Amino acid sequence: MSVVQQETTVMANSSTASATSRAAKLMKRRSRIRFYEIIIWVVAIAAYFVLPSKMLILTEIAILALFAVSLDLVLGFAGIVSLGHTAFFGLGAYIAGLMALHYVAEPVTGLIVAGIAAGVLGLFTSFLILRGSDLTRLMTTLGIGLMMAEVANQMAWLTGGADGLSGFLPGPILGLFEFDLFGKTGYIYCLVVLFVGTMIMRRIAFSPFGMSLKAIKGNAMRAGMIAVPARKRIVIAYTIAAVFAGMAGALLTQTTSFVSPDVLAFHRSADVLLVLVIGGTGYLYGGIFGAILFTLVKDWLSVITPQYWMFYIGLLLVILVLIGRDRLARWVEYLPERFSKKEDGR
Amino acid sequence: MSDIVLETRNLKRRFGAFLATNDVSLKVERGARHALIGPNGAGKTTLINLLTGVLPPSEGQVFLEGEDITSLASFRRVKRGLTRTFQINQLFSDFTPLETVALAIAEREGAGHNLWKSMAGYDKVVDEAAALLARFGLASVMGERTVILPYGKQRLLEIALAFASKPRVLLLDEPAAGVPEDERHEVLSIVSALPADVTVLLIEHDMDLVFSFANRISVLVAGALFTEGTVAEISADPRVKAVYLGENA
Repeated sequence: MSVVQQETTVMANSSTASATSRAAKLMKRRSRIRFYEIIIWVVAIAAYFVLPSKMLILTEIAILALFAVSLDLVLGFAGIVSLGHTAFFGLGAYIAGLMALHYVAEPVTGLIVAGIAAGVLGLFTSFLILRGSDLTRLMTTLGIGLMMAEVANQMAWLTGGADGLSGFLPGPILGLFEFDLFGKTGYIYCLVVLFVGTMIMRRIAFSPFGMSLKAIKGNAMRAGMIAVPARKRIVIAYTIAAVFAGMAGALLTQTTSFVSPDVLAFHRSADVLLVLVIGGTGYLYGGIFGAILFTLVKDWLSVITPQYWMFYIGLLLVILVLIGRDRLARWVEYLPERFSKKEDGR
Repeated sequence: MSDIVLETRNLKRRFGAFLATNDVSLKVERGARHALIGPNGAGKTTLINLLTGVLPPSEGQVFLEGEDITSLASFRRVKRGLTRTFQINQLFSDFTPLETVALAIAEREGAGHNLWKSMAGYDKVVDEAAALLARFGLASVMGERTVILPYGKQRLLEIALAFASKPRVLLLDEPAAGVPEDERHEVLSIVSALPADVTVLLIEHDMDLVFSFANRISVLVAGALFTEGTVAEISADPRVKAVYLGENA
């Protein structure tokens, strides 16, 4: 027995040093910038120059992408399913509209206030999603979304009811950049917010906090047994996601100068889930890839078949689910090695 | 007898009409190598679940270092130094062993709340994780996804993960189950090498392992404590043999 022990110790000593240096390398590789990340941002900037007539749809993509990336933080990391994420999107949209209408026309101020308001709503509603299974969470979040929509509808004195809010124009961004008729400023504005938001969430993703979220999703019981306070972490993640969803809503208001009850409609919650199904969850960029594909497919279908495009979106969803959600969630891994390398140590 | 680390008082757990844990009052001394044995279905794993907060008891209390922890969540018990391994691996299948162990160490060090600093920036955590993995012979696979590892390696990771929390009381639920024969003693020798003030409660079916490892044995039958004693007492007890043989016959 002691011989075995000695051998183990000798082996351990010689291998510990190399293990340590390898571990440091692997850990660093985890959070390094992937090839596809560079490509996506370069393409986004290039689109500004190459497609000057497509600013509106590019803006739409950027807003949907931010919305989807924020949902990925709760769905793809903490594993919390939500059918009511648009509650935060819609609240942000209304707050930004009310800010521009009554208080400050400067958009960044409205953006921040909208984010904070959505975050507060996220913080309070997060306690409702701590209990129960996926199904109860779906129902609870769906309920929160529907209640928000009805509140907006009923408080017509504030929200304009079914007519929505209009008659406001956002001022120059930071007092410097005027919104133009072609939406060029609007696109750059949304792209910058998307970039900053994604970078912040990316940092969170590779922090111990982000890892602990994935641990909760992977195995909640074991996460508890390595001292992860799951409820606290979920509350924080949900609140952060709500902040960015609210900001996405604010961007929509500010780039369209209009808020309608549609920002709280159920289909937005469903759309953003579909975006993540298409793009894949758990690596943030799925929200961006998904938003691009979803918006382009929707746009293309609504041109060729204006009346039945929703049928084809539904068909697409059915096909995607048949192919298998798990395989979809990992499609990045099927990209050539140099493009992907999501996992370490290969 | 005075220094009791872990204690249960009249612990009961019902599943419907079935009494899985029947009035168990167990005392575990500091630094003990205490084994919990009993035939299949005796309620050993249920007892561990009650001790670690995976299940709430129907009645009774659990004390750690004299404090009532009956209503504490698992993660709070781990923070107080009580952790466990699972009979059936409970790992994070998408994580690599390195990520798994590093997260446990980061949580132990209170770094888990940090959402701004990259895990790679915690040099000490990463170094410690690497050293721990090397000790368990997992250094070569530290960058692979856990789900693709052979079962034996996953088993070692299961135990390494409990070590990462640096427990003062460690509950091992059949740690050797599924570990290849030649690595079993390696596992137990690592456990034996724990500091003397770390208390270990071991559930194990392999009697050779139990008798070579434990200094005190409790026998659980049908959810209740059947008898308790030293290795010599238990191995000589004809009633214990009868319980085991009766089950096998």
